[in-house]
Amino acid sequence: MSGLMVDAARCVGCKRCERACAFGGIVVESRLARPTDACTLCGGCVEACPVDAIAIERDEAGERSGRNLSAYRDIWVIAQVDVEGALLPVVFELVGKALELAKVRGCQVVAVLGEAGRAPRQAERLAATGVAEVIHTVDERLAHADAEVFAQWICALAEERRPEAMLFGATAFGRELAPRVAVRLQTGLTADCTALDIDPKTGALLQTRPAFGGNLMAAIECPAHRPQMATVRPGVFAAPERVTAGAGTGADLAAGIITQAPLAPEVASRVAVLGIEPVTGGSIAQAERLVVVGRGVGSKKNLPLMERLAELLHAELGCTRPLVEAGWLDYAHQVGQTGAAVAPKLLVSIGVSGAIQHLAGIGGAETVVAINEDAAAPIFGVADYAVVGDAIEVVTELIAQLEARD
Amino acid sequence: MHIVVCVKAVPSSTEVKMDPVTHTIVRDGRESVVNPFDAAALEVALAIKDERAATGEGCRVSVLSMGIPATEVLLRDGIARGASDALLLSDRAFAGADTLATSYALSCGIRELGSASMSDAAASGASEHGEAAPGPSLPDLILCGKMAVDGDTAQIGPELAGLFDMPCVTDVRELVAIERGRVTVRHATDAGIELVEVPLPAVLTVAKDIAQPRMPSIAGVRAAAGAPVAVLSAACVQADPARSGLAGSPTQVVRSFVPERSDACEVLEGSVPQQAARIIALAEEAGL
Repeated sequence: MSGLMVDAARCVGCKRCERACAFGGIVVESRLARPTDACTLCGGCVEACPVDAIAIERDEAGERSGRNLSAYRDIWVIAQVDVEGALLPVVFELVGKALELAKVRGCQVVAVLGEAGRAPRQAERLAATGVAEVIHTVDERLAHADAEVFAQWICALAEERRPEAMLFGATAFGRELAPRVAVRLQTGLTADCTALDIDPKTGALLQTRPAFGGNLMAAIECPAHRPQMATVRPGVFAAPERVTAGAGTGADLAAGIITQAPLAPEVASRVAVLGIEPVTGGSIAQAERLVVVGRGVGSKKNLPLMERLAELLHAELGCTRPLVEAGWLDYAHQVGQTGAAVAPKLLVSIGVSGAIQHLAGIGGAETVVAINEDAAAPIFGVADYAVVGDAIEVVTELIAQLEARD
Repeated sequence: MHIVVCVKAVPSSTEVKMDPVTHTIVRDGRESVVNPFDAAALEVALAIKDERAATGEGCRVSVLSMGIPATEVLLRDGIARGASDALLLSDRAFAGADTLATSYALSCGIRELGSASMSDAAASGASEHGEAAPGPSLPDLILCGKMAVDGDTAQIGPELAGLFDMPCVTDVRELVAIERGRVTVRHATDAGIELVEVPLPAVLTVAKDIAQPRMPSIAGVRAAAGAPVAVLSAACVQADPARSGLAGSPTQVVRSFVPERSDACEVLEGSVPQQAARIIALAEEAGL
């Protein structure tokens, strides 16, 4: 069986492993480290051990997936469209990153677009981003974002074409689709990667993702299985200008070929959509500028002030969970682990203390300005600029100055 | 009706304190709790059970987890709240499982819960499956939390649905109806809140706010004290060792590290108008 092995001859009982473990998975007794039932085999202690006394032994069976890894090639980007049928911004971000990885690996980028054809020429737009090929189909059965239907189409393609890696946007749909594909293909999937690197020789994708609300980062590999699959939150990677520019004009980059690949006739959805209440207003997840308010704004009567500030900054308004629970704003505004993950260029955080669950949702923000009375508020730990002071006073002044500009 | 609720034991706080000098994790005897999303899923199941009990229909709610032996306490608590029975998959062979290996282990547990022996043990609620069916029967509904607060992958529900070839609805905000072999729910999508209907058996993953978990009743606690919580090994549920735990996990953590935080937080000094002017300048840099 696989397991954590401690070399008793080498272990000096220094307890560094015990301190490095987030799970209580290893203890030192009588100057000897011993794994406990809580060990998750994460390898944290292996790294921490100064005398190389700890190793994780893996079964032969685990290393041998029986797959011929060299038969897999190229990096696929799974493209998603919005209700109007237009490509989501995250698609261009993924294409940009995939092109970077492909250059290192010396392979090609293939975009996969299944759509119902609601918006014209999306495949052409995608083909102009610098990808070598777009695998495309237009099918009415893809009108609704039913992960089961999409998974059957994508898996059939992947089984035939064998991509080395597949990237998905970590949207609500992408987070449902990717695991359905992974389980059908019996391969590994890493959620919410914040960094991706590729080994030029082996094609191994090194996927870095936050754990424990971002307090710990884990670097993950999928050594013996292909395709290697990852989801990436919108806004984590910047879409290179040449990718979006090409997509806009179709002029600069040599257009990739478009291959039609129909969805098998027997595939049918089992989900009946009876109604939809569309998201109102702009999406905070896609916002370039965002004002986020927390309990520190005092009372609900200050909310119009915050809305006015957001309006003047041409920003969307987000909030923390307690404000949604108090009924000030609806759930669509909630930022954090149980709400939306956001990635604006500028986030102005007002009266937010910075609970870890909230901070987990703002990691993608480029610049964070925090306004809070409490100089010890955890939000300042992640902020780039801090204003320690009365939120209402600062916001009132901001509004006055912004109004004076117009 | 048979409902299986999958739960995960998570640290009571995801706040991991780091020792600023040694950059190691400071643990202060944090307790394990049921992942709050899964606690909400259990509440949804128990509400269905109550509803059906009121109309004289049977409903068996099974709580399933994969974890260390100490997780048994949390499953017993589920019975105290009203679950019919519980199964804990606990074996070193399951350790180090990624989501693929975890969903596989849970699928073995779900099959085991549908086996004749476990169905009989929980006979009280198994009216519809009362006839000893040959071979294991699958539940009508599998409920999971949308995600776990520690891992935050949200993959287990869709992977279970894939393994059983069931329809799956994620991020369910409201269970509208469950009748005539179909379940109707409201769930959050990229496009908005959708009202959808899927045939049973199905997998649902629920948002944390879908329901407020009830507290255990005194009678429930008494009943739970003597209730059977099956603790089974990988071999007992016929889990293939090559698909379990570390061996069955395609993904491997190769390194864990503390992210480098830029402590370069600049405090904007000066008067309020000066501070406001700086913020507006930053907004202009961000495209205003």
